[in-house]
Amino acid sequence: MQFRKTWVMALALTSVVALSACGNNNGGNNAATNNGGKNAAATNAPTETSSGTDLSGSILASGSTALQPLVEQVAEKFMKTNKGVDIQVQGGGSGTGLTQVAEKQVDIGNSDVFAQEKLKDADAEKAKALVDHQVAVVAIAAVTHKDAGVDTLTKQQLVDIFTGKVTNWKEVGGADQKIQIINRPSSSGTRATFENFALGTKTEDLQGSIQEDSSGTVKKMIGETPGAIGYLALSYLDDSVKTLKYDGVEPSVDNVITGKYPVWAYEHMYTNGEPTEVVKAFLDYMVSDEVQNENGDVVELGYIPAVKMQVSRDVAGKVTTK
Amino acid sequence: MSFCVLLLIVIIISMVYFVASKGISTFTSGDVKVSEFLFGTKWSPEADTPSYGAFPFIAGSFLVTLIAALIASPLSICAALFMTEIVPGWGKKLLQPVIELLSGIPSVVYGFVGLSVIVPFLRNTFPGQGIGVAAGALVLSVMILPTITSVAADALASLPQNLKESSFALGATRWQTIARVILPTTFPAIMTGVVLGMARAFGEALAVQMVIGNAPFVPRSLFESASTLTSVITLSMGNTTMGSPQNNALWSMALVLMLMTFVFVLLVRMLERRNKI
Amino acid sequence: MKPRTADKIATALIVFFALLIVAILVGLLGYILIRGLNHISWDFLTSAPQKIRAGGGVGPQLFNSIYLLVLTLIITVPLGLGAGIFMAEYARPGKLTNFIRLIVEVLSSFPSIVVGLFGLLLIVNTFNLGFSLVSGALALTFFNLPLMVRITEQAFRTVPKQQKEAGFALGLSKWKIVTTVLLPVALPTIITGTILSAGRVFGEAAALMFTAGMSSPRLDFTNWNPASATSPLNPFRPAETLAVHIWKVNSEGLAPDAIQIAAGASAVLVITVLIFNLAARYFGRLIYRKLTASKRMS
Repeated sequence: MQFRKTWVMALALTSVVALSACGNNNGGNNAATNNGGKNAAATNAPTETSSGTDLSGSILASGSTALQPLVEQVAEKFMKTNKGVDIQVQGGGSGTGLTQVAEKQVDIGNSDVFAQEKLKDADAEKAKALVDHQVAVVAIAAVTHKDAGVDTLTKQQLVDIFTGKVTNWKEVGGADQKIQIINRPSSSGTRATFENFALGTKTEDLQGSIQEDSSGTVKKMIGETPGAIGYLALSYLDDSVKTLKYDGVEPSVDNVITGKYPVWAYEHMYTNGEPTEVVKAFLDYMVSDEVQNENGDVVELGYIPAVKMQVSRDVAGKVTTK
Repeated sequence: MSFCVLLLIVIIISMVYFVASKGISTFTSGDVKVSEFLFGTKWSPEADTPSYGAFPFIAGSFLVTLIAALIASPLSICAALFMTEIVPGWGKKLLQPVIELLSGIPSVVYGFVGLSVIVPFLRNTFPGQGIGVAAGALVLSVMILPTITSVAADALASLPQNLKESSFALGATRWQTIARVILPTTFPAIMTGVVLGMARAFGEALAVQMVIGNAPFVPRSLFESASTLTSVITLSMGNTTMGSPQNNALWSMALVLMLMTFVFVLLVRMLERRNKI
Repeated sequence: MKPRTADKIATALIVFFALLIVAILVGLLGYILIRGLNHISWDFLTSAPQKIRAGGGVGPQLFNSIYLLVLTLIITVPLGLGAGIFMAEYARPGKLTNFIRLIVEVLSSFPSIVVGLFGLLLIVNTFNLGFSLVSGALALTFFNLPLMVRITEQAFRTVPKQQKEAGFALGLSKWKIVTTVLLPVALPTIITGTILSAGRVFGEAAALMFTAGMSSPRLDFTNWNPASATSPLNPFRPAETLAVHIWKVNSEGLAPDAIQIAAGASAVLVITVLIFNLAARYFGRLIYRKLTASKRMS
């Protein structure tokens, strides 16, 4: 009996030791291979030819969660045709993406806003090193709960609502219902776009307003809360909420492309300096016709193709017709 | 083996060092004064003249924590009494697994249920949008029930049997014994559980963020949208770049969370010492 | 009020509140399971999530959660056992030991979000490990380790003194006593505690959002070479766990069945925690019986 006890013990102990040894081995090996992979990316790239199929190396992208699904999907297709390339796409938010690309921790930083808007003051130098690649456009529409009874709002009416001057829907021609604002946090890129191009002014947070960072939650809340107003990217719109016209203009893809509907922003993919060959090949593929045409991934996932835009806009918000 | 212990010490020192050095940079960079950060009520980091008052978040954290403790403590103490005094046998058999399961449910699941059950319920019964301090406190109170209950039950169970017996021998009813003998004697120990529960509530992030509404204001009513330290950190950390004043301010809030952890642990220690005497 | 009446009312209240807690749990579990169970199928558990179409699963997330848990336990169990045994058997009681105990206490009560942020700063950025399984496992180690230490220490302290003294009387070395006399008796408690803490790791989200990341690259489940990028075993890839996935689907989900997926994933998570709880009880009892059976017989 004494024997069995020792046996069970020995088994338990050896398994612990074996496991920890395993863990160490794994860690060691992979650290080495990982470094190898990164070096490979750096050293292989210059010797690479751009013929496509024999491209090799690894790409790390991080940042905007709004852009992430598109980059992920395109990356998967790119890796299928270029077997030697390994692309990792991570989220973390626009701020994280810009920080990491500026610190050269990642190859591509995805962002919903121009780098200059996030990297300001002391960090302005960092923004200068970054090269912008605009791959898609996202348009944002004001939406309300179905019973608000309003079909279209002017710029001034929107400003009045979001600054708290107007608090009841009947003041802007709707039902007799208190207005409930579902806003985004002040750090949100979606909010910056909405304030810049729909309201034309920054707004202060209002006491009692609700702030959610995620489009899914915003949509759910607007759908459930009587008198609610908020704003969503076009890809999130459906029957559960009422989409408003802006100054009488329908927020449609066509109106965005022609520049009639002004509330939109670019989705950016930043590189630190000019991209290496592998990264450049991938970024070129992002704006290729295969990805950007009406059957491509950009449209499929609800973005607007950047190459289709008939107008362009710079950091300062100045719009020019192409 | 002393290596393992050393590792623990290294972990905690580096943790305190990194979070503190990052959190302090808000103040050392000259952007914000400590008093302005702690007591300023205006949080508008993106405005043309930004201000970084974190008082609404600090107040929000304390508010939901206190309300959650006020709701959870009586419930937990009753549960502990049920397990140890009323029906010691099957009461423990019934509640012990319940408590363990409640503490095992992940916080995102609590948030999910809070958003789909508690919020609509509050919206239909009370004025306001359902989202707000009350919803956050309710979700938290369920989450800290297990902590308080298990500590309180342990305290009650460790009470010397003769204390109770002498009370019964004097002709006291069970309730009189509980109210006059058991609870006063075990009070510091039970408070330990309450403080531990509050520590958990204070640091909980996702479940609260999903239901509290996140407006950066000190709420005027329990049914109004508000924020906590944890909710503003989860909301804005990814959107801001490292080293920007707003990002630093978020790290300062993480530092406040860390300091509060020390306070809670100290409180627990003090209570334990009182309990021994 | 007469004492008798007061007693009756108080007892009724206590019973009511205790049963209320049971009702809350039953309601919670019932709600989660009823909403989620009909969405769970073999397909849901094994297929990859869909971005905009309905019918996505949680296969990679489930795998990630389990793999991350295994990685974390590989790191924490030996370290936790070591530190715990040291605290219980080797450390002399004094200021230093008290200080270490305080550290364990503080470390275990740090909010998970603070742990996650620390992981982001140190592991993800400074060590440049990126959003990866390793980063996640290390962050989880930070708050699982103190738990393990405490579990081990308490388990060792509950071993009757006589057993240790008998060992000394036989002339066994300290190490021998720890491994052959004390550890077997403490093991059931340690295993139960480990499994329960594993449940907590399994459901953690706040710390992982900042360390293991919120994305899951396409995994090739036929490629088991841990160095390969598409291999599920590669610890340097970002890994979204089940709990983080619930958070993400709930907030950012574009798929039309996002709510059902969140409900299904919640149910999977809760069922797993249930299994952990039952397993902890079962193993604890089983090993206890195995290790103590000899005593009764001889």
